[in-house]
Amino acid sequence: MLELMKIGPGSRVEDLGRATGRAWGLAQGGAFDAPALQRANLLVGNAPGAAGIELASGPLRLRLHRDAWLAVCGAEFAITLDGRPQRMDWAFAAGAGQLLAIDGPLRGQRALLAVQGGLQGGARLLQAGESLQLGEPGRPPRVRGLHAPTWTPQLRALPAPEYQCLEPAQRERLWTQDWRVAPQSDRMGLRLQGEPLALRLGSLLSHGVQPGLLQLPPGGQPILLGVDAQATGGYPRLLCVIAADLWKLAQARPGAALRFQRCTPAAARAALAAQRADLDALACWLA
Amino acid sequence: MEARVLPQGEGALLLQIGAVDAAPEIGLQRRLLDLVARCWKPQPGVIELVPGIHNLLLRLDPLRADNATLRRLLLAAWEQAEAREPKGRLHELGVRYEGEDLEALAAHAGLSTREVVALHSGAVYDVAALGFQPGFAYLLGLPAALQMPRLAQPRLRVPAGSLAIGGALCGVYPAASPGGWRLIGHCEAPLFDGEPLLRPGDRVRFHPHA
Repeated sequence: MLELMKIGPGSRVEDLGRATGRAWGLAQGGAFDAPALQRANLLVGNAPGAAGIELASGPLRLRLHRDAWLAVCGAEFAITLDGRPQRMDWAFAAGAGQLLAIDGPLRGQRALLAVQGGLQGGARLLQAGESLQLGEPGRPPRVRGLHAPTWTPQLRALPAPEYQCLEPAQRERLWTQDWRVAPQSDRMGLRLQGEPLALRLGSLLSHGVQPGLLQLPPGGQPILLGVDAQATGGYPRLLCVIAADLWKLAQARPGAALRFQRCTPAAARAALAAQRADLDALACWLA
Repeated sequence: MEARVLPQGEGALLLQIGAVDAAPEIGLQRRLLDLVARCWKPQPGVIELVPGIHNLLLRLDPLRADNATLRRLLLAAWEQAEAREPKGRLHELGVRYEGEDLEALAAHAGLSTREVVALHSGAVYDVAALGFQPGFAYLLGLPAALQMPRLAQPRLRVPAGSLAIGGALCGVYPAASPGGWRLIGHCEAPLFDGEPLLRPGDRVRFHPHA
């Protein structure tokens, strides 16, 4: 059991979300930086999809009531256990009664805290004062740390169905312009600001959408859909960020200047295969 | 009617029938739902089928799906599909016709509110697709006189159970949320409790409460 004494706003229990359910109008959900959750889980001996705590900001103060391995992956936060600094991307042992403190983020936007055994009770927003139940611990970690990917503001993307409705000059701007992340951005989507784009098309008949899709609402400021985006949409679809780069959306801070980088379907698949292979290799190594 | 298959990212294929901004047509939508119900078999790498209005999204695992085969199968399935009478349930839902926009809609239609209620509750609606919220059903079959564009500025909060009209579609909001459709009534039916009440292929009739 964990006792949550303090928790930053927007922090949540998350797993990997729903594989299906879009046809019922259910959002995908899950950790916004899914690979970070998987890495943190593997470090503490959990299944990659076990539920952890997604921290959107500090401060976190929690006390363990049972021994457990812990790991934090994703955005860089300052971590201490009973006042002693701990590393990011590193499994560390915590004993019953010890106090975990996490503050930040120093870089990036969201980190995932995995606890050996995983968190129970389902995905939800967290409140201070809650007690969190843990599952049964898996094998203790055999490897202590791993190398985390570096965030860059380049998002590889593929043209989406209404891309060819944009005039050539606007298509050019889509790829070459800085798109700044607005403060109203959240897990539903990143609202991007830049010189507006315009399409003659108004609203479209409803269609299924997915995280990573770049929509163009009236007003000309695009929205990059996140994991909590609705299952269907009606705005023109300009681009789709490749699956291997979706984690970057979770780490983009308000004010960050993003750029879209034209990719190909083959390169997108290769990047996803590489990302999966890295996780599989980690899982074998840590097992 | 022109059917095209386009990618939507490397993780999805879209079957698009006709123009993306066409007026919704019941016959076309029934044919699409017949494709899903009767003319499609599970294929490797296809995670989920998400019907939209005049379109169908296939969510894929891009490392397992064979796009060329799926494209061919989708177009063949569309050729095979027919606009058939929906075979699903007929839901009879009670409504209190007293929404905030009821009078404005009546004025727009050149009708009295009583005539609006009679027209709206006199129709039988097809469940075209789900989306927007868990259990939200897009309903087709709104009488032409009652069609009205959505609000220019959505409301910040539409109460749960609101019966609303947006363009040529109507629907009931399962949960409170921002919304831009015209509110004409209130419906108590539990639209989502772990599962949606209304499914594509079902039909709906609204009954005014006394």
